[in-house]
This record gives sequence, structure tokens and C-alpha cells, in this order.
Amino acid sequence: MESINELQEEIIDEFALYDDWMEKYNYLIELSKDLLPIDPKHKSGENLIKGCQSRVWLNGELVGGKVVFTADSDAIITKGIVALLVRVLSNRTPDEILNAELYFIDRIGLKENLSPTRANGLVSMVKQMRMYALAYKTKMEQNN
Amino acid sequence: MSLDINKIREDFPILKRQVNGKPLAYFDNGATTQKPQSVIDAITRCYTETNSNIHRGVHKLSEESTEAFEDARRTVQAFINAEYSQEVIFTSGTTGSINAVAFSFGEQYIKEGDEIIISAMEHHANIVPWQMMCERKRAKLKVIPFDDDGVLLLDEYEKLLNDKTRIVAVTQVSNSLGTVNPIKTIIDKAHQHGIPVLIDGAQGIQHQKVDVQALDCDFYVFSGHKIYGPTGIGVLYGKEKWLNAMPPYQGGGDMVQCVTFEKTSYNDLPFKFEAGTLNYIGATGLSAAIKYVNKIGLENIEVQEQQLLQYATSKLKQIEGLRIYGNAPEKGPIISFLLGNIHPYDTGMVLDKMGIAIRTGTHCSQPVMDIFKIEGTARASFTFYNTKEEIDRLVDGLVKVQQMFG
Repeated sequence: MESINELQEEIIDEFALYDDWMEKYNYLIELSKDLLPIDPKHKSGENLIKGCQSRVWLNGELVGGKVVFTADSDAIITKGIVALLVRVLSNRTPDEILNAELYFIDRIGLKENLSPTRANGLVSMVKQMRMYALAYKTKMEQNN
Repeated sequence: MSLDINKIREDFPILKRQVNGKPLAYFDNGATTQKPQSVIDAITRCYTETNSNIHRGVHKLSEESTEAFEDARRTVQAFINAEYSQEVIFTSGTTGSINAVAFSFGEQYIKEGDEIIISAMEHHANIVPWQMMCERKRAKLKVIPFDDDGVLLLDEYEKLLNDKTRIVAVTQVSNSLGTVNPIKTIIDKAHQHGIPVLIDGAQGIQHQKVDVQALDCDFYVFSGHKIYGPTGIGVLYGKEKWLNAMPPYQGGGDMVQCVTFEKTSYNDLPFKFEAGTLNYIGATGLSAAIKYVNKIGLENIEVQEQQLLQYATSKLKQIEGLRIYGNAPEKGPIISFLLGNIHPYDTGMVLDKMGIAIRTGTHCSQPVMDIFKIEGTARASFTFYNTKEEIDRLVDGLVKVQQMFG
């Protein structure tokens, strides 16, 4: 399996095909459709990250020492970016997630979407993904 | 008189800006308005020529600075036709003004079991300060409902008025629905019971002439930045009799007459409510903004904005699947809408790429969204410097959004 950074480079290459914002947004819309659906039971208030602009649901489970994320959003552009974040950070060990430096959002020209001022839930989503990683890391260490 | 909009647009430097390679079409005037050069110049002049703290020094600059500040007070007084200049208190904005009244009025007049009336279409700034006061005093908040069009139900309002009601606080124009409320009627009905009324003029003052004496409102509050002035300055108008009877909101410099460790006596109005160094440069900027509005003429502004509102409403209604929230017969230049099942955030993001600035979300009015059972809306809010061509761009942009997400 590719490393987190290999995947980030792959995404940057994919987006390099698109010259203007319209094509990029259309690609995000396509990505949003490919995001694996979150189990309805996980689309609960507990897993809701409420931004003022859009809402994001995130669930993380530990499967064979790796954190598997499923997620959703009510806004399509946000959901497209959610799909990218899941693609990069899901199915990774807690250490990989905690050590990851996410630079691809910036490089594909969607930086404004991951700005704390946007209140679209994405910044909190990344934080929450790290929280899951930290919680599972602690749990695994205790079990050892 | 019909306004020469092209000439007016020259007064606002920011309107020449390009956003994402397109000319800016600014439809977020409900959040804040852009500033004419005369306001920008007035602020620059303060910092380059007269800056000095007010009401303090014996020197020339302080005298000039103080005079500019007090002149700003008289400008506001004339603009809203207050009887006395000391009835005009400078604050940080609408939120600061409402918090001051909710605290000071609450300290003086509210006891357990008393009732405060607001409406269901208030901005959070006209909900939360009253809730905090109610918690402090164990009082109750009562809410005037509105109908599907966003019109307040005055029959229900009358039923809420009783001998426990202590104050009514309602908005002149709803920031999320655009409804212009019948504030004169609301005030008169409260006064029949001897109850004072606060009007939130944040979305009203810039669109229509306000005469606080003709309205007979007890408090009227607004923000400078929503009427082409700077941020961080606002106004609390209060009838002298109330302001004299209420204790100060904050303690500090300027609001005192004599301070000893045993006892402090408070200054007279308006200083009693102006603790600390005020935003005196903001006040001068606000004064310049009001002078600019007076020069254009609020009646001309109102005609222009109503034409834009009607044009935009009829154009938007032609877009299939577009729903407007807030269809009151009398509206300010604010249109809240949803486009089919498309999330307002997606709508706003795509419009932004076309250089069109709208607002999306709950507009600090979550209860309104809850009533309509929606998560938020897209909102276009106009002002007199907007054009029909810009509205056409908005309509074209929304059609594009539909193609992308529909």
C-alpha cells in the first residue's frame, strides 16, 4: 500500500489535469459520489461535527491495528474533500495518522476549504481524525 | 430623483476590485456595507492630523479630537431626530448596545417572574443578552411568532402583553427574512400597557428614515459598519428618563464624577454609559458616513433599493426550484433562498468563484432556521450601489450552480 505522502502526490497529480476551478469542483462532485456511505447508525449526533456552513459526520474504528474512517457531509463540495481526507488517512496505523502532514489540500488549490474561518467542519474533521488515532494508540499501548 | 449609480460606485473604492478574476458583485451588505472614500478619508485624517484622547487633555489636539467626537454625537442625534444629544450613547455596535440595555435595565427593573418579549425572527444579538438577563433575574422570555411568509403575528403579540411584561425588544428589519416589522404599532401597543420598547435597527437604519421621537421608541440601537461607517462603533439611543434611571453598564474612566475607595459617584449622561476610551475615531467615521447618506438622501436610497429588491425577487422566482424564505409584503433589500436540494454552502462556494459574494448559513438566526426546519439559507442582501447587471450575474451564476449540482 502507498504511503500517505505517495497518496498525496497522486491526488496532486490528478488535480493537475484540471485548469480551472469549475473542472476542479466538478471533480470534487464526482469524488463525493464515490465516498463509501457511512453506516446510518454512525450518522448520529455523537459523530456530528457541526460547522456554521456545512455539517460533517465522522466515525473511526480500529480494524487490525489500523483506523478505518467512514464519513459524510451534507454539502457536496465539502463531501468531495471529506472523500479525499478519508482516502489519505483511512486504513492507516494511529502513528501514521498522527505523524501525517497534510499538504495536498493547499497544493490542489483548495486551501480556503480547510481554513478555520470557513466553519464548514473540515478543520474539526481533521482534528477529530487525529483524536481517533490518539485514542486508539493509547488503547493499543494499554493492551500491550 | 433617480440616482446616478455609476457615479455613486466611484465613491466606493472596493467596488473596483476583481475577485477570482471577475469584477466583484457584493451582495453581503446585510453583514457589512462597503465604505465610501469620504469615510476612509475622515478616518485617515483623524490619525494623521488630530489623534488624541478625548475628554482628557488641556491641549489643542485633545480639544479638536473631543470636538469631533461630540460633533459626531450631534450628527447622530439629528440623523435619528433624538430630542437631546445626551440620549445618544456611543457603543461598540448593536450587540454592545443591546447588552448594555439588557444588563442595566435588568438591574433596575427586572425581578423574578417578570417577562421580556422578543420575536422569533431576532438575530442572536437580540436573543442571548435577554436570555442572560432572564437567567440572572429568573425572568421569562416570551416570543412573538411569525407566519409562513415571515410576518409577525400581532394578535399573538397582544396576547403576550400583560402586567408582568417589563420590556419588548424587536428588530426593525429581519436580517434573515428581510421582513420590515410594523414597529410603530408594536411600540404603541406596548405603551398602552406602559411597557418600554427597544428597536434593533441594525438592518433598518441604512434603508429608511428613522425618527425616534415620531416612533416614540424607548431605545433604538444600530451599528456603524452596516451604514457605510467603520466597525467597532455603534449607537444606543435611549430616552433620557430611562438612561438616567438605569445604573451604568461598565465602570471605568470618563463615566465617573468622583472616585474614592468608599464611594464613586457617576457622571451625567451620556458619559455615564461611556466607560473607558471610546472608539472616538470610529465615531468620526460614522459621522462622515451619515453625512454621506444625507448627501445621497435616504429617500433616494430606499427607492433604489426597493427597485433592486423587486427586480431580484422577480428574476430569482423564475429559476426553477428556487424557494425564497421571507415573503412579507414589506421587505428590506434582503433575499434568503434555497436552490432545490442544493446545499447553500455549495451555492456560495461556486458563486464566489464567479466573483459574486453572498452569505450562507444560519445568519446568526438559528431559531428562524429551526422554524423552517432548514439548516441554513443562501442570502443576497443589496444596497443602493448594487446594479441590475450584478443581479443578472447572480441569476446566471445560480443557473450554473443548478447545472453543476442538480
